[in-house]
Amino acid sequence: MTPLNLFLLLSALLFSIGLAGALTRRNAILVLIGIELMLNAANINLIAFWRFGPNPEALTGVMFAIFSISVAAAEAAVGLAIILAVYRHNKTTNLNQIDTLKG
Amino acid sequence: MSWIVHNLWLVAALPFAAGGVISVMKQRQRTLAAGLAVGSMALSFVLALMAFVQVLTSHGEATRQFSNFAWFQFGAEWVRLGWLLDPLTAVMLVMVTFVGLLIFIYSIGYMAEDENFKRFFCFLALFAGAMLGVLIANNLLLLFMCWEIVGLTSYLLIGFWYEKPSAAAAAKKAFIVTRIGDLGLFLGMAWLYAQTGTLLFYDAGRGCLEANALTTLAMHTTVFGLTLSSAIGILIFCGSAGKSGQVPLHVWLPDAMEGPTPVSALIHAATMVAAGVFLLARVYPLLSAGVTHGMTTTVALQVVTWVGAITALFGALVAVAQWDIKRILAYSTMSQLGYMMIGLGTGGVSVGMFHLITHAFFKALLFLGAGSVIHGCHGEQDIRFMGGLRKAMPVTFAAYSCGMLALCGVPLFSGFWSKDEILHSAFVWNLSRGPFYIGAIGALLTAFYMTRQMIYVYAGTTRLAAESTHGEHGHSGAHESPKVMTVPLLILAVPAVVLGFFGTPVWPWFQSFLEGDTANVSFGALGGAFPLMIVSSLIVFVGLGLGWLLYGRKLIVDVGALDRIESAQPGLFHLLSGAFYINELYAATVVRFTLVAASVSAWLDRWIFGGVVRAISTIFVLFAKVDSFADTHVVNRGFDAGCGSVSYGGSFLSKLQAGKVQRYLKFVGVALFVAVALLFWGGKA
Amino acid sequence: MNAFPWLSLLTALPVVGAGVVLVAGARSDRAARFLSVGFAVGALCIALLLWHGFDVNVGGMQLVEQHAWVPALHIQYHLGIDGLGLSMLLLSAIVTLISLGASWKIEDRVPLYFALILLVEACLFGAFTALNFIHWFTFWELCLIPAFFLIKIWGGPRRTPAATQFLVYTMAGSVAMLLSFLAMYLAANTFEFEELATIAQSGRLLPSLAASSSWMHLTPEHLGLVIFAGVFLGFAVKVPVIPFHTWLPDTYAEAPTGTTILLTGAMSKMGLYGFLRILVPIFAPQMQSVLTPLLWMAVATVVLGSLSAMAQTDLKRIFAYSSINHLGYCLLGIFAAVRYAGSDAQLLTQRAAALSGTMLQMFNHGITAATIFWFVAILETRSGGARELSDFGGLRRNAPVLAGMMGIALFSSLGLPGLNGFISEFLIFKGAFPLATWATALCTIGLLITAVFILNVIQRVFSGPLQERHSNFLDLSGKEQMLLAPAIALMFLLGLDPQILLSHLNATVLQLTNTIKF
Repeated sequence: MTPLNLFLLLSALLFSIGLAGALTRRNAILVLIGIELMLNAANINLIAFWRFGPNPEALTGVMFAIFSISVAAAEAAVGLAIILAVYRHNKTTNLNQIDTLKG
Repeated sequence: MSWIVHNLWLVAALPFAAGGVISVMKQRQRTLAAGLAVGSMALSFVLALMAFVQVLTSHGEATRQFSNFAWFQFGAEWVRLGWLLDPLTAVMLVMVTFVGLLIFIYSIGYMAEDENFKRFFCFLALFAGAMLGVLIANNLLLLFMCWEIVGLTSYLLIGFWYEKPSAAAAAKKAFIVTRIGDLGLFLGMAWLYAQTGTLLFYDAGRGCLEANALTTLAMHTTVFGLTLSSAIGILIFCGSAGKSGQVPLHVWLPDAMEGPTPVSALIHAATMVAAGVFLLARVYPLLSAGVTHGMTTTVALQVVTWVGAITALFGALVAVAQWDIKRILAYSTMSQLGYMMIGLGTGGVSVGMFHLITHAFFKALLFLGAGSVIHGCHGEQDIRFMGGLRKAMPVTFAAYSCGMLALCGVPLFSGFWSKDEILHSAFVWNLSRGPFYIGAIGALLTAFYMTRQMIYVYAGTTRLAAESTHGEHGHSGAHESPKVMTVPLLILAVPAVVLGFFGTPVWPWFQSFLEGDTANVSFGALGGAFPLMIVSSLIVFVGLGLGWLLYGRKLIVDVGALDRIESAQPGLFHLLSGAFYINELYAATVVRFTLVAASVSAWLDRWIFGGVVRAISTIFVLFAKVDSFADTHVVNRGFDAGCGSVSYGGSFLSKLQAGKVQRYLKFVGVALFVAVALLFWGGKA
Repeated sequence: MNAFPWLSLLTALPVVGAGVVLVAGARSDRAARFLSVGFAVGALCIALLLWHGFDVNVGGMQLVEQHAWVPALHIQYHLGIDGLGLSMLLLSAIVTLISLGASWKIEDRVPLYFALILLVEACLFGAFTALNFIHWFTFWELCLIPAFFLIKIWGGPRRTPAATQFLVYTMAGSVAMLLSFLAMYLAANTFEFEELATIAQSGRLLPSLAASSSWMHLTPEHLGLVIFAGVFLGFAVKVPVIPFHTWLPDTYAEAPTGTTILLTGAMSKMGLYGFLRILVPIFAPQMQSVLTPLLWMAVATVVLGSLSAMAQTDLKRIFAYSSINHLGYCLLGIFAAVRYAGSDAQLLTQRAAALSGTMLQMFNHGITAATIFWFVAILETRSGGARELSDFGGLRRNAPVLAGMMGIALFSSLGLPGLNGFISEFLIFKGAFPLATWATALCTIGLLITAVFILNVIQRVFSGPLQERHSNFLDLSGKEQMLLAPAIALMFLLGLDPQILLSHLNATVLQLTNTIKF
């Protein structure tokens, strides 16, 4: 088993946990956390493919990861702000009860 | 060219200007209006005299002078107008201004009580201007224009008492009937213009009445084998016939007596109606063009003669059975105009014109006398209600008698000479004696009906007071008219008596003046004319005697008494008093035809032309209906079905949009799985 | 004065005026009335200025403005006037003023009414100056729209069908004309009137038509006739020529009298203008080949028009038919002028007489008919809307001045010498008689019947005993007399000195007479 496979396994595990969390949790914040987990799984993949890829001298993977993390941070900030706003409006963070965008 | 030829237009322009000024004046400025009209007429009279002297003192070629000017332009050509001074114009000018002036003065008295005094003088002055314009015109177009304005003023004056429906109707009738003739004149004018390229009568060799143009016109023939000159001449004669009340366009003239009596005297006796004869005299070179080419007369002149003869007889016959003093004179005028036509057709310009001039004076005198009688009888016009006026109105009686004797043609009075000349030329006419015999019978009838009228009006005792059913009169009994009316009568009586001596066979001054010669006294000429003169005198005396026999021997006393002819021959009398029922005939034919044509035309409009349009639009509307049916039931239904399924699909799809975030995420997850699976296995295939 | 775009300015002025009237008139009707009169007077001043600066010796176009508009389709903004266009401009300006005068008593939606009248004026100006088909056609059609609303909103009780008939009928004619011009465009590749005329006169139009639209296997001659028929229809409806006239009596009778004045005084001239500007230069051979039916149409227009007028009892309908009758003389003049080809001096003279008469008659009829309808409007307002002949009688007693002035206008319409109508009718008959003798002779019946119904109107309205209900009928006031006097004076002026107008028309007439050669 090459180290790359181990990394990929880890990331797959992480992604699955995140996905499961995002799909099953009713609390919006926990869904957000699940999403963050999935993002980080992707980051691990990026780093891993860079490290074991053909051209590890160029810092492309790291760059990608850093971008991704900063985007995730921004996204988390916006997401939390939205959740706060939604909470203020609906007095709940239970996603099952927030269905005003229904078609 | 002398001053007067240059400024001849002033003769016509002065009355015109006076009329224009009067038209904008106030209703109550009566004295000023009458003064302006009379003053302008007096000035015109002076100018006319100057023109007359000018012609009198010139000889040969110089007797005809003209002054032309350019008026307007079409294409490369200019239309030129002008005025003309020749013996014909000069004589007519003097006659019209003189008679006109007297009638103007007379009107001051006659119309004194009318509230529209000012308007009357306005129209009268306009009439005089237009009439003088007809006389001086050196262009058929200018003549026609003035001619039409004369017709207009005649229309306005006949309808002067517009509140009387009969006057308004008579005015309309006069205008329309004369216009029928004028259309002939209009076409003749267009034709003449097209053929000769000018409407100037005289233009130093290029005019349409000068040798160049006339020879071409006389050479070419057109429809019915007429020469061009004759065909055009006949069309022009249509205009004359309308204006001069010739059969069959005479019907307006008796009705025109609805106008005030001075108007009847001036327009419908002395001047306007004679304008028709004047027009023919003016275009006589055209009418007689071709005579030198072996023929003795032209078709146009024959037409003129025969129409004149028929009219002369017709008018005289009808005048016998009239009751209205003015209608008798009107039919008499018609008849006399017929004589002028005979004279013109058989004897030439001078014969016709001489009678025109003498007739103008004595007929104006008669009409003014009749006006004086009507005035004296408080508006009564029916001779059955008159009688005995000789004592009540001695001055009028005296003057009227002069006029009557002149009209009858009693020897030595002016009418005798002129009528005799016409009969003479008709007698020597080489085509037919018909016009002569007709003229002779007419002369007899003239003497007869005038005697009848004189006896009815002046003899015996008055029947005026006796009538009580016929209108109401404030004061009974007739009275003599004021000086302002009788003096013109007396003045007119003079030429009515003596004017004939200017044209006797012995000294034919008038005839030679018109032809530009000098007259010589020759008693030899009397010899040729003498037998005929005896005959015509006899005829006149027979007429007078017959009249006296029927009416004078036993005077009429009773107002309701039948006429002597009526009691003897009622059918004949009614036929005559109904003027041969020509009016009724026209009403039943021409008028009805026009009215039917009008309603047919309106019907065509409504049902045929309009019908086609309506049919087309109905077809379009039908199409639209079909279209809208197809729309609602075919197209719309299909659309509705389509729309229904689309909206159903929409509502189905919108159910996916549940608003549950995690369900969306599940879709994403499943989609991801499918995508990965496809990449994994599908990618290799 | 050549460099300045006078003609564009003239057309634009009433449009601006309409806007100003709408805006400023919103507050007071009085302002709307006076402003519109102000703009109309301005337009008249410009027209008079053009009249003054016009070079009477030039037969062709003057004051030309030419700019590309839609180059791909050879559509140009092309303006210019010759004598005919100039006289029509002047006529439109005068008639608009008369129309405004006669509309003074309108009370309903005043600013809109007056703005629409100004718009009609602008369209008239546009149509009488345009020299490119598309440019001209735009104005020709635009003109209908304000007219339609004028009839539809302010008209009489049956205004809706009348307005619709007016719009649809005229539109149908225009469509036929548009198709014909498109066919010609395909053949000649131009919309310019002058170029089309040159091509047609050189005989190249028919072959290229046959090449470009060989439709239904027609011979070039027949194809030419079909194309001609389309254009003819457009103008025949507008004039109108009997039997294409049925829209006219209803429209004239139902339209508010001020609008009727515009319709008869100026808009009816657009049709005749088209005859002279387009049909005669381009389609003279086609006209000649169907001349007999055309002459019959002219005779029918004259005679049936007058007979129908005689059968009417409504004043407005009488004068509507009288309008048809009077324009019939113009048709007679035009058709007679194209009777014979060739250019010998005699023929040219007759043709010049007929065409001069036609152009003069267009102007004269405009003035006279407009004035008569103005008088009808006065009678209508004073009698509380009565228009039947039997509603009147004996008015002369109370209103002598009205009777006198209206009498002058009526006699002008009758063609009395000394007033304007006579000279034009004389010239037409003078020119037409040798060219089309029998048709001309038949047309004299129209002259007679005209006299009959006009005298009938005078008799029924002014003569006889005064009717009780008109015992308070007012004569013209001093102000009204002052307003009407110029129109009456113009009748006398043109009747006594027609050279005023003819001097400006003559060069154009000469040029037109020379184009009829084929």
